[in-house]
Amino acid sequence: MKEKIRIASGQGFWGDLIDAPYDQVTKGEVDYLVMDYLAEVTMSILQKQKNKNPKLGYARDIPALMKRILPICKEKKIKVITNGGGVNPIACAEAILEVAAELNITDLKVGVVLGDDIKDRFDEIIDSGCELNNMETGESIKTYKDKMLSANVYFGAAPIVEALKQGADIVITGRTTDTGLTLAPMIYEFNWDMKNYDLMSAGTVAGHILECGAQSTGGNFLGDWQSLKNMAEVGFPIAEAFPNGEVIVTKHEGTGGRVDFSTVAEQLVYEIGDPKDYITPDCVADFTSIKLDDLGNDKVKVYDVKGLPETDSYKVSCSYESGYSAIGSLTYSWPDALTKAKAADKILRKRLENLNLKFDEINTEYVGYNSTHGPLAKKIDEDSINEVMLRIGVRSDDRASVDRFGKEIAPLILTGPPSVTGFAGGRPKPSEVVAYWPALIPKKLVEPIVKIMESKK
Amino acid sequence: MKIQLRDIAHGRSGDKGDAANIGIIANDDDGYKIIEKHLTADVVKKHFTGICNGKVERFELPNLRALNFMLHNTLGGGGTVSLKHDAQGKTLAAALLRLELEV
Repeated sequence: MKEKIRIASGQGFWGDLIDAPYDQVTKGEVDYLVMDYLAEVTMSILQKQKNKNPKLGYARDIPALMKRILPICKEKKIKVITNGGGVNPIACAEAILEVAAELNITDLKVGVVLGDDIKDRFDEIIDSGCELNNMETGESIKTYKDKMLSANVYFGAAPIVEALKQGADIVITGRTTDTGLTLAPMIYEFNWDMKNYDLMSAGTVAGHILECGAQSTGGNFLGDWQSLKNMAEVGFPIAEAFPNGEVIVTKHEGTGGRVDFSTVAEQLVYEIGDPKDYITPDCVADFTSIKLDDLGNDKVKVYDVKGLPETDSYKVSCSYESGYSAIGSLTYSWPDALTKAKAADKILRKRLENLNLKFDEINTEYVGYNSTHGPLAKKIDEDSINEVMLRIGVRSDDRASVDRFGKEIAPLILTGPPSVTGFAGGRPKPSEVVAYWPALIPKKLVEPIVKIMESKK
Repeated sequence: MKIQLRDIAHGRSGDKGDAANIGIIANDDDGYKIIEKHLTADVVKKHFTGICNGKVERFELPNLRALNFMLHNTLGGGGTVSLKHDAQGKTLAAALLRLELEV
């Protein structure tokens, strides 16, 4: 058994720094590269792509990335784990094997985790007594099920561990928890008993620290952020894991940013609910038990993590079509910028009313004044406001209403308050709103499937 | 004595559906004593009048010198549905740091 392993985070979301995974495998020693590509909305976008082309539906950055890092990972024996398989992990694995063939790498094993997609199983699942009620609203899925665009179960670390056991160099999953990507290599390398819930929780906490990339190394840091150095070359986090569950969070030497108590603590409280009840498919981690020891030199020890057994359900993330929205904006300059923007909003709303358009919501915000802090925005003297962007959004089931709204923005330039600009992007077009439906499903109704795909010899 | 939360703490916020979470971390142990005592769910709820339309829950993480707040019904329907500029509540931690506490 290894004394320790180093797990590197290469991506905090699909769209994160393109070079981060490359830097992680080249700027120092690591054993694993883990990458989270999937946000809730991503699955519905990928499903639409797959509907148009059965070869698509995964994070398309992956083949190009593999072309760069595969030779390095092969040479240094770095394993790669990612949920970038989206709704089509098989196609993603095939694309990676094609890249490998181009690079004359002929002994690559790609582990694929399947079984999370339950979109075509609604009737069978509902018949078996699982209502898939919305966890937040309690609504029944029955009236929505025909509008569902995607439905995926969040798997945990277990199927990834299985793929590693079967010799995978790369593991491509569909919907897997972000934390499972980091926990899995610890279970595999240290032969952890998956019923040891303190260890499961230790790996889960490490996963939470890694899952948003540089957010634990100085990115989006609200503490003394101005004292951070070299954020242009920010290092992504690395979890140095030990068999007893202790983890040292660090980053490659010479990279920018910082790892200390504050930067790690900020990430630990990011997007959590009840900290005693951090539920994953692998365990229920207790974030109040976490202890941090700032060792200096960009190293923070995370230890003493406690946890409880996993629940008997998986979380399901479904997405469905829910009407249309559009957002338009115009910028007004001094003098009286805010007054002008408010006058324009009033004129626009009156016109929309006269047109008898149907909206579920019209939302106006003034960027430069109150679009982030709303009523908490400090009142400022009108004369000291240099400019304000009027930002107005509408949402409706009626596409025609949203479309017509888009045609009412530009006319304000010639028919409304003066000193206005910023209409370069053309008319705002209605975009489809994808709403999110969280639910639970008994674990016994879903079985992860692990498949190993190899280079064609 | 009046202090502004920004002088003794920092934090991070994000979305969980239509709820926002705000984690507030005190800069030192004395700061944690102050926020533990004065930064109650009621104080946070009142601060976010007109923004948070649901209940506010508070959780304590003393090892991290941190409090976590869940602000329900806050993000205009949440992530993809919301028309808000800050649909994910990313700037709400900063908004809470505006708060002045009488200590």
